[in-house]
Amino acid sequence: MDPFTDPLAPPEPASPEYVLHLFITGATPNSTRAVRNIKDICEQYLKGRYELLIVDIYQQPDLAQREDLIGVPTLIKRSPGLVRRLVGDLSDWPRVLKALGITPSGDEATPDEATPYE
Amino acid sequence: MSAHSPAAAHALPQLPKAPTGIEGLDEITEGGLPLGRPTLICGSAGCGKTLMGIEFLVRGALEFNEPGVLMAFEETAPELAANVTSLGFDLTDLQERKLLRLDHVHVDRSEIEETGEYDLEGLFIRLGYAIDSIGAKRVVLDTIEALFAGFPNQAVLRSEIRRLFHWLKEKGVTAIITAERGDGSLTRQGLEEYVSDCVILLDNRVIDQITTRRLRVVKYRGSTHGTNEYPYLITANGISVLPVTSLRLDHAVSSRVVSTGIPALDDMFGLRGYYEGSSVLVTGTAGTAKTTLAASFADQICRDGGRCIFFAFEESPAQLLRNMASVSINLQAHLDAGRLLIEAARPTLNGLEQHLVTLHRLVKEFRPTAVVIDPITNLITVGNLNEVRSMLTRLIDFLKVNGITALFTALVSGRGLQQEMTDEGVSSLVDTWISVRDLEGVGERNRGLSILKSRGMAHSNQVREFLVTSHGIELLDVVLGPTGIVTGASRLAQQMQERAETLAVQQEAERRDREVERRRRVLEANIANLRTEFESVEEELRQISANEQSRRQALLSGQQRIAAANPPAPGAPTAESGQ
Repeated sequence: MDPFTDPLAPPEPASPEYVLHLFITGATPNSTRAVRNIKDICEQYLKGRYELLIVDIYQQPDLAQREDLIGVPTLIKRSPGLVRRLVGDLSDWPRVLKALGITPSGDEATPDEATPYE
Repeated sequence: MSAHSPAAAHALPQLPKAPTGIEGLDEITEGGLPLGRPTLICGSAGCGKTLMGIEFLVRGALEFNEPGVLMAFEETAPELAANVTSLGFDLTDLQERKLLRLDHVHVDRSEIEETGEYDLEGLFIRLGYAIDSIGAKRVVLDTIEALFAGFPNQAVLRSEIRRLFHWLKEKGVTAIITAERGDGSLTRQGLEEYVSDCVILLDNRVIDQITTRRLRVVKYRGSTHGTNEYPYLITANGISVLPVTSLRLDHAVSSRVVSTGIPALDDMFGLRGYYEGSSVLVTGTAGTAKTTLAASFADQICRDGGRCIFFAFEESPAQLLRNMASVSINLQAHLDAGRLLIEAARPTLNGLEQHLVTLHRLVKEFRPTAVVIDPITNLITVGNLNEVRSMLTRLIDFLKVNGITALFTALVSGRGLQQEMTDEGVSSLVDTWISVRDLEGVGERNRGLSILKSRGMAHSNQVREFLVTSHGIELLDVVLGPTGIVTGASRLAQQMQERAETLAVQQEAERRDREVERRRRVLEANIANLRTEFESVEEELRQISANEQSRRQALLSGQQRIAAANPPAPGAPTAESGQ
């Protein structure tokens, strides 16, 4: 995959554990919610272990076909493990964490009920 | 759309249409699909929905210079390209020429995790980008219903699909949306609710083990359209909707006449043959030489420099050639010269429509002046009576419009049920109807031929007996017996009897002639006798008269001598007194 340079990506060292690409459509409510959610999740569970790329497909419409996007927002987890696609504004934190393969272990915040943004 | 509305506002409000270029479909829809609006094509599996969509795009690109976008939800671009190569559509080339864009949308439930609210803006962006990148005027969404399998949230999906169709309209692209046929509804997901401008239903039916595909325009807002179910085919050149019969009877006619191929049969027609471009039906029971009659006609056409297609539904070409050669009809020569084309196929090989399409195609390629179909009744094994009739109507119509003389043979089984087939079925469509039948007499069977009708031409009303000889068909002269026309052995008997009678009459005449001669001779002899008798009488009488004369002479000279010796007294009449 071509490395997109996005100012929002955190300045992490090479080969972070989690590579996440979030595709959004401008500043629609769903998109802004998704951005906020993924940022919170990353900060909370993956601090220092992730690379997040946020792409506005309004700006790069050719990516929509290349990435086979249908529903927006879409979060694509490229690594670790299998590529997974998460469609939606990422408000359902348990599902997001499960899909990302993050087990909310005890050292982090409450394992059972994470507080999603509404 | 907006570009067309001013024009539409002025003249009669004609709905602008985008021609599909698909054979026959534009006729049924009277010009094509609604321009700038979505059209729903629904049908069950194997109907050719995708193909119709692709053909719409390909023809649009090639014939109407309208680039198109194909968004495929089920097949990938390479698969699609491979699938339609057999139809001569080169999708890769079109893509390179920027006339077509393929976008395969991969929907897989297992890969998608719903994590909250979303919309299908991704699809919109893809489609919008594809449309704008090549300036597409046409869009095909091949089975958008696949989305329902990938996205469980129906409410979102439905509102998004509704929005998509609305968006397509705003974009002004002519779109085809294909959908799978549902139980009791047109589409499985009720898409017909969203696409309300034009709905076309494709159907794939198997009746008696023969598949026929049919197309129906369920609705077409703002336009009239053909309402029937039209058979269509997937041919080597794409979809062909059939056919399109011209609904009016306005074909040009020719007053030229073509020979039947049998001189004596020509004589039975007032103008010595069939009208060019007319249709001829030869009906008869089994074994009444219908094929031979048909072959004679084909032979004649070819010998007159025409071209003929012979559709044989019963015999293989080789068999036909051999059999006809046995009656001195040499079809092989015409075949070699390229004037004759024998197309032999079992009627059950394909559906009626396929036969019709084959015929259309061959007629277009071969450009014949005459077509022979032997026999049409075999087609009934393929469809029911109504279907066969409608197919034949279309066929006859097609041939007439093209000015092709057509000869059909039909098998009838005496007074059986199929008589109706010809009575009601085709006979009213054909111009000339020749009936051949068995004239079964005592201990033998003979063939009789009569003309039941011949439009626009005087024709003989006689039933002529004919023989199939090694020189072809020979019509025999009419022999009238005491009980009407006689045939076969009774014909021979009648002829022999007549010959005997003639002989007797002749002998009688000769005898009478001799009698006259004899009489004449007797009379002449009598006359000679009488004349001889008369001559002898005349001779006798003349003798007597001569004697008398000489006697008087002698007497007179004697008196003169006496008078000279005795001179008379003066004044005395001596001579008298001396007598």
